[in-house]
Amino acid sequence: MKNWGFNISKPRVIDWDSADTSEYAKIIEKVPSAQRCLMCGACAATCSASNHVDFNFRNCHLKYRRGQFEGLAEELDKCMLCGKCKLVCPRGVNTRAIIYNMRIFINNLDYKNIEQ
Amino acid sequence: MNDKHVIIIGGGPAGIEAANYLANNGIKITLFEKDEHPGGNIKNWAKLFPDFGDASVVRKEITDKLKHENIKFINNTKIERLYQENNHWVALTDNEKYYGDIVLLATGFEVFDAKRKEELGYGIYDNVITSVDFENMYKSGKMLTNEGKIPDSIAFLNCVGSRDEKVGNHYCSRVCCITAVKQAIEFKELVPDAQAYCFYMDMRMAGQFYEELYRKSQEKYGVNYIRGRISEAAVTMDNRIQIKAEDTLSALPMKMTVDILVLMVGIESSESTAKISTDNNIVGPYGFAKSKSLFGMDNLTEKPGLFLAGTCKRPLTLPETIADGRSAAVEIMNYLKS
Repeated sequence: MKNWGFNISKPRVIDWDSADTSEYAKIIEKVPSAQRCLMCGACAATCSASNHVDFNFRNCHLKYRRGQFEGLAEELDKCMLCGKCKLVCPRGVNTRAIIYNMRIFINNLDYKNIEQ
Repeated sequence: MNDKHVIIIGGGPAGIEAANYLANNGIKITLFEKDEHPGGNIKNWAKLFPDFGDASVVRKEITDKLKHENIKFINNTKIERLYQENNHWVALTDNEKYYGDIVLLATGFEVFDAKRKEELGYGIYDNVITSVDFENMYKSGKMLTNEGKIPDSIAFLNCVGSRDEKVGNHYCSRVCCITAVKQAIEFKELVPDAQAYCFYMDMRMAGQFYEELYRKSQEKYGVNYIRGRISEAAVTMDNRIQIKAEDTLSALPMKMTVDILVLMVGIESSESTAKISTDNNIVGPYGFAKSKSLFGMDNLTEKPGLFLAGTCKRPLTLPETIADGRSAAVEIMNYLKS
């Protein structure tokens, strides 16, 4: 078939009905303080890694919460687990434990190998 | 009833309003104020939200209410202890004992000590100031940096000492958001060419005309609102302030250098509030005094004869504080009649 150079672009919406939000329940179970996050971004602002690479913990956390795992495993690898984010969090969220557990779960999920 | 004596601790808006109401009803009052002048925290303000009313005028209106033959105003006097003795209340100063049938606690609030948030640099960098410092600067009419330069930019940071588990204050202080909007407008009026930025976690505009003022600050004054909490402040070579936040709505870290950083300090229970309510077992969370019930018995405590008014209970706005002083006075009248 003739290739016209067009392809179908991925939907850019969070489809809540098909999003796998059950995975986030596991994070909450491991790190209950995750529920207290108010998305103020103090963690992302103070992040040592984000000074050098494109990394945003708050955004990763929210994507996980919304069941949007695509590309997340690579993102999470950028964290150095220094824990500076934990120091500035006004809600006392154990940010370091969240990222650690997200890494474990996401690698089991095998979303790393999703091709789309 | 008129032979009863009421002790009021605290010469701020709540205490004075209650004193005036009771005095007009023929009740003898002794009102203690720890500072030299009455008026409480209004002393620190230049203009009041949401209508930019002159704080010194409002303060005069309030303190004029002290001029009453039934009110004995004692300044420069701190109540060290308050306790019950043979059906009387005893207020102990450092050298004297005062007796009363009824006590009204109106010991108010103190602003959060911004030095406790070391990462924001208050007390370390000259151009990091608090909202109270801003009011004093505005009062002097000179909006200048520490180096005497007219600022090109200013940033306001909300929730300093409020909504912050790290300092033990989970609550919202309620007045800082609207104060930041007010101060940003005041700044833009004085320095129209400069930029004003307001960093927030949530803009809480829950008061009459607050939302309108917020809107006006954007529309008429071009105040920039950035949703993100400043995580740290540092100083540059030329003594400006570099701040780091996440611009959460674009999900990117943000770096910005401003001439002045204003920390919107929250409301904390005053030292006297915490001490007297702890001594009398009426202390609630965060050292505020606890009323008997939020609904209907908000000026009463578990101790008969001990009443509460104003910000010793929780963060309140000025109109709420004045109304609460009046409400406490009515409760005291009812108590005396029964």
